Amino acid sequence: MNRIATTPGLFPLPDDAKETLSDLKGHQKHDLVSGDEGPEIEATYDDVREELVGLQRDAGLDRVVEGQARWDDMLAHPLTVHENVETGGIVRYYDNNNFYRDPVVEGELTFSGDLAGDLEKAAELTDGLQAVVPGPYSLSELATDEYYGDDERFLAAVADFLAGEVEAFPDVETVFVLEPSLVTDPPAEGEDERASEAIDTVAQAADADVVAHTYWGALEEKVHAHLLDAGVDAIGYDFVTNHEDNLYNVTEYGTKDSVALGVVDGQNTLVESPETIRERVDWFRDSVPEAIEFEDAYVTANTGLFYLPVNRFEQKVQALADATREVTA
Amino acid sequence: MSSNREQFRPDGHDNDHFLLTTVVGSYPKPKWLDRASDLHEDPEASFGDEELAEAEDDAARLITNEHERAGLDVVVDGEMRRNEMVEFFADRIEGYEFNGPVKVWGHNYFDKPSVVDDVSYDESWLVDEYEFTASVADRPVKVPITGPYTLASWSFNEAYDGDDELAYDLADLVNEEIEKLVDAGARYIQIDEPALATTPDDHAIVGECLERIAAGIPDDVRIGLHVCYGDYSRIYPEILEFPVDEFDLELANGDYEQLDVFKDPDFSKDLALGVVDAHVAEVESVEEIEANIRKGLEVVPPERLTVSPDCGVKLLPREVAYEKMANLVAAARNVEAGLDDGTIDVPAAPADD
Repeated sequence: MNRIATTPGLFPLPDDAKETLSDLKGHQKHDLVSGDEGPEIEATYDDVREELVGLQRDAGLDRVVEGQARWDDMLAHPLTVHENVETGGIVRYYDNNNFYRDPVVEGELTFSGDLAGDLEKAAELTDGLQAVVPGPYSLSELATDEYYGDDERFLAAVADFLAGEVEAFPDVETVFVLEPSLVTDPPAEGEDERASEAIDTVAQAADADVVAHTYWGALEEKVHAHLLDAGVDAIGYDFVTNHEDNLYNVTEYGTKDSVALGVVDGQNTLVESPETIRERVDWFRDSVPEAIEFEDAYVTANTGLFYLPVNRFEQKVQALADATREVTA
Repeated sequence: MSSNREQFRPDGHDNDHFLLTTVVGSYPKPKWLDRASDLHEDPEASFGDEELAEAEDDAARLITNEHERAGLDVVVDGEMRRNEMVEFFADRIEGYEFNGPVKVWGHNYFDKPSVVDDVSYDESWLVDEYEFTASVADRPVKVPITGPYTLASWSFNEAYDGDDELAYDLADLVNEEIEKLVDAGARYIQIDEPALATTPDDHAIVGECLERIAAGIPDDVRIGLHVCYGDYSRIYPEILEFPVDEFDLELANGDYEQLDVFKDPDFSKDLALGVVDAHVAEVESVEEIEANIRKGLEVVPPERLTVSPDCGVKLLPREVAYEKMANLVAAARNVEAGLDDGTIDVPAAPADD
């Protein structure tokens, strides 16, 4: 089992950038990232990207993310910057004490290129680049559709849109597709199959290993079973918030040839030591029957890391890197 | 009616009926106070602790008097000394540490503290604030305290097995603080639990916290619970079991869509009804507020109705905040007069005590 240290991205802004950007952009909802920032704001984000990529490289992570500093609206970002999407009110982000602008889709979800643009800049700064995208099911759940008319068409449209964005990516090693809504708002009968097909659509567009990463609990058994049908290389499980049910899903139904293990808490300042991280990964390996073999195990935080203050975020990145450095068995 | 309510009726109150008027707590800070805080943080400006304390005293006196000028029956100092509703308390409780700001939304951040050890009581949190406000006020003073469930939920928990365990320990500290406030003369305490709105399934934890908070507190001390911006149907009627006198609810913002939630079963506590919106900068007219107050009378009779804004008003322009308070009081007095002379009926039947 080859252990690969990585994260699901969505990093906190460095503290000086928090101040610089809020001075440049403002505090109100119409001041947030729209996709056509002025040169000064763009330059600040370029600096932030360089800093975030640099600290992952210095720490020694095996996969390096762009950091998603521009994602003011977290996973809803690809839509909130889209030209045919209006941003509505500020709404709660899952059951967190965080808020984002409700993306109201009012026209066709045409190609945007926003994600590829950031990744191209990151690709100049590092090897081992990992892209991060919201999963089509989660993104459709976070948005309000006023154009496609029904859930089925909307989900398919979001999947096609994301596939188009992914196709435009520069060379990346891995694509993390984040699907928390599959856990928090499980798709109903029939919808579960379509959610899996939607993920498959996005995965087929990638010329890289694709990880469908879930968090904030464990997938319902049927949803998990359908997800196994998607053409992804790995499924990610959150062992921080629910290790028992996630382990059950893997041992009972199997998983893909590779796996992502969310073993570091992205939402708590308590920093896991490299030993603790290793123990958790070992526990997983020892708990799954030996007959089930794994190619790669992505060792990662369960969630994005913007929940954390900068010092603890940096320590967690370092701990993840250290946890895989000495052991590759 | 809670037996401790009548003590807040002002001497010489004009009407037979009495609708208790008050505020939730926070009020816009005068710009000069923000400047003073900035100066205090600037190591090169010779503006020390004493100078800041003087500025805070001045602001607390000013806003307390502003509340009195608006005619409110029970006043607060507008929380002039508090920076943020979790930070302020975490700063004073042993066991907490701060690591830096985290995102709430966009470029709005919050110094979310971490609980790194068992929490314990050190210095008093609010006794000085209460004593000063009471000394400059002619009206009774209410003390808002961030509740233990919110203090626990809006912190990183590194030290306790569960957030419930942390909340219970914090509740014991809140109880200790309230005892000190009562010794200092406080008779009206409001526990703020906005976090309950985001995780309504935890109402039993909040209930257990309140049992600990209310333990040993004399009956003449009025205890209210403020919960805002949530789906009340998920916590009602369970909250009626909580050992508090009054629930302070935000309903104007949703245009009283949730009012019916509180009609079945009967609302058996006192109701502090939000009658002006804390997040809309237009000032509601007296007539509009009168109509809102009458919504409250659909739920409780006048002797159990308190009238207040939806929530803390600190985000409003100060002029707007003041006019909302003044109109709120004028509307309450008009409704009292209408109840006195029978032009306003009481739809809610008196409670069977």
